[in-house]
Amino acid sequence: MAKFVIAALVENKFGVLARISGLFSARGFNIDSLAVGETEDPEVSRMTIVVDADEQILEQVKKQLNKLIDVIRVYDLTGGEYVGRELILIKVSSDSTESREKIVQVVDSTGGKIVDIGKRSVTVEESGDEHRIKALIELLRPYGITEIVRTGKIAIQCDN
Amino acid sequence: MAKFKGSEILVKCLCEEGVEHIFGYPGGSVLPLYDALYDEKSITFHLTRHEQGAAHAADGYARATGKVGVCMATSGPGATNLVTGIATAHMDSIPMVAITGQVKSVLIGNDAFQEADIVGITRSITKHNYLIKDVKDIARTVKEAFHIARTGRPGPVLIDLPVDVQMHETEFKYPKIVDMRSYNPVVKGHLGQIKRIVKAIEKSERPLLYVGGGVVLSEAAKELTELARKANIPVTTTMMGLGAFPEDDPLSLGMLGMHGTAYANNAVQNADLIIAVGARFDDRVTGRIDHFAPEATIAHIDVDPSSVGKNVRVDIPVIGDAKEVLKELITMVDVKEYALWHGRINEWKKKLPLTYKKDDKLRPQYVVERICDIIRDKKVIISTEVGQNQMWAAQFYTYTKPRTWLSSGGLGTMGYGFPAAIGAQVGCPDAIVFDIAGDGSIQMNIQEMATAVLEKIPVKIAILNNGWLGMVRQWQELFYKKKYAYVCLSEDISRYCPDFVKLAESYGAMGIRVTEKKEVDGAIKKALEEKGPVIMDFIIEREENVYPMVPAGVAIDRMIHGLS
Repeated sequence: MAKFVIAALVENKFGVLARISGLFSARGFNIDSLAVGETEDPEVSRMTIVVDADEQILEQVKKQLNKLIDVIRVYDLTGGEYVGRELILIKVSSDSTESREKIVQVVDSTGGKIVDIGKRSVTVEESGDEHRIKALIELLRPYGITEIVRTGKIAIQCDN
Repeated sequence: MAKFKGSEILVKCLCEEGVEHIFGYPGGSVLPLYDALYDEKSITFHLTRHEQGAAHAADGYARATGKVGVCMATSGPGATNLVTGIATAHMDSIPMVAITGQVKSVLIGNDAFQEADIVGITRSITKHNYLIKDVKDIARTVKEAFHIARTGRPGPVLIDLPVDVQMHETEFKYPKIVDMRSYNPVVKGHLGQIKRIVKAIEKSERPLLYVGGGVVLSEAAKELTELARKANIPVTTTMMGLGAFPEDDPLSLGMLGMHGTAYANNAVQNADLIIAVGARFDDRVTGRIDHFAPEATIAHIDVDPSSVGKNVRVDIPVIGDAKEVLKELITMVDVKEYALWHGRINEWKKKLPLTYKKDDKLRPQYVVERICDIIRDKKVIISTEVGQNQMWAAQFYTYTKPRTWLSSGGLGTMGYGFPAAIGAQVGCPDAIVFDIAGDGSIQMNIQEMATAVLEKIPVKIAILNNGWLGMVRQWQELFYKKKYAYVCLSEDISRYCPDFVKLAESYGAMGIRVTEKKEVDGAIKKALEEKGPVIMDFIIEREENVYPMVPAGVAIDRMIHGLS
């Protein structure tokens, strides 16, 4: 089992998201993350789906997606050249000036931003590829992560 | 320009699509629709007694005629009663359009009276579905729906139409073309791939054609038969493909799979080339999949790319319409003798024929054989329920033409056969239509007797009555040490419950009971002479089993033969 990145261009119509998640659940495909938004054409949305599967299941995922009437095109980005990004908001506990300063240092060194400071916690925002996101989470873990919100990966092919 | 109500527009659209028959049941959310339908003389509406009956009737109509079947129901429970029928059509890829009323637009999502999220419920069992929110979208939606239902791999499409939209007005203009950027099924197969199949045929010594329902749906029976005969390749069909190749042809191996013939299954396991056409390597066919067709190169011709390589590794895939691809193949193949191969197959046919105990007890296989023999030269359509009755009907009747066999293969829906037979008879009024049923299945949509009697739809029902949920009992006998848990439908078979003869008569139809072998022919002939629908209640050997059988998890050439 490995992670594959699929991009699907879909009609921007009522119910399309339900249709796709229904397909995945009905067929037992594992979705790691799913991000969707409008494209340059307001009638078309683009979905980036990270699938946890093996090669054979991935083939079925792509074919079943293509079969859906509202799906215009399916791209398998895995293994190719693409730019992948994700946005993450992490709430870290910090109840002393000391710990707050340490967290600020860590965040500075990774290029993230502090977007909120409270009595008991600090909220960090970071965007980047999966390694960067993973690295930040690991760096902040010792301080006590109380909440994480992720958008899920979005990806775009490189111009070749 | 003149303005019309949404309901009138919908009816006009159906006329544009050439719809002549609709099966359905009315209700509050479709009052405007039925009002408009009543005035349309070119469409005959058939009132069933349950929406499930309407859905199966539309399905049977589609399978028998090749046209898109149409069924209609109201919102809420009317729509949910269609679900099994839609799922049945979906699993067997049958072109159907189901139209459901929906509550007023402002009430949607509010738990209104007779509201159900039928679009949400049927998402996974339709090829596509629509909720029409604007009366201006009706024409385009209907055009798209019929196009989607009948092209590519056919399937059911549902249109949900809120009752207020049915009352809104707009101009009517039926689109001339359908242009969907996200839906373009492949029709012509890739020539290079087709050539690879030709090469494979040339090299092979033991080829086999494995044919499924796709050949029937594609209207490709003629091309398939031509190809098989030209190239001298033996043919086996799945249950869905019965009739795609004439079973009385010497090249025919009959049905393969779990209850197929031993010689068909042996042929698969010993073939060096299997050409699959319009079939999907379903588990009823493959048996233990890692032992399936161990020596064969597999070529797979199918219109649905997701069926290719789904269950087995395919060496030569060809995506395209069966009819188109077969046409190309015919021009490129040459005849070969395959003398050794045909010799082996004929040996198997001699040693392991389909058989049953021939004594003076009334056995179901005999009933099926007699029906086949008596109506041999006529135009016949056989519909079945599910279970042992279905298997005996598949095995002991000789199918020679496509669209003469209607059976729920993928979903295996008990209660399918009778309403489907009604739909088929409506679509083919000159055909003799038989529903071969079990005593369990026939009770599931027995209410349609009213439809058959009042509309004079002369379907002949042959109940193979053993007082059991037969197929389940068989599995309990073979694999659960005869622990017959909850499968007995009638303890004491002589105290008929129900008395099917009296049941038929209560509807105003003829009922005939047969308890002895010698009465069979007479009963069938009497039923054929009767102008209206008939129920024949054949009291058969109670614990007769379907053989041969591939038990679960076993390779298909390791069949159990029971007693012969």
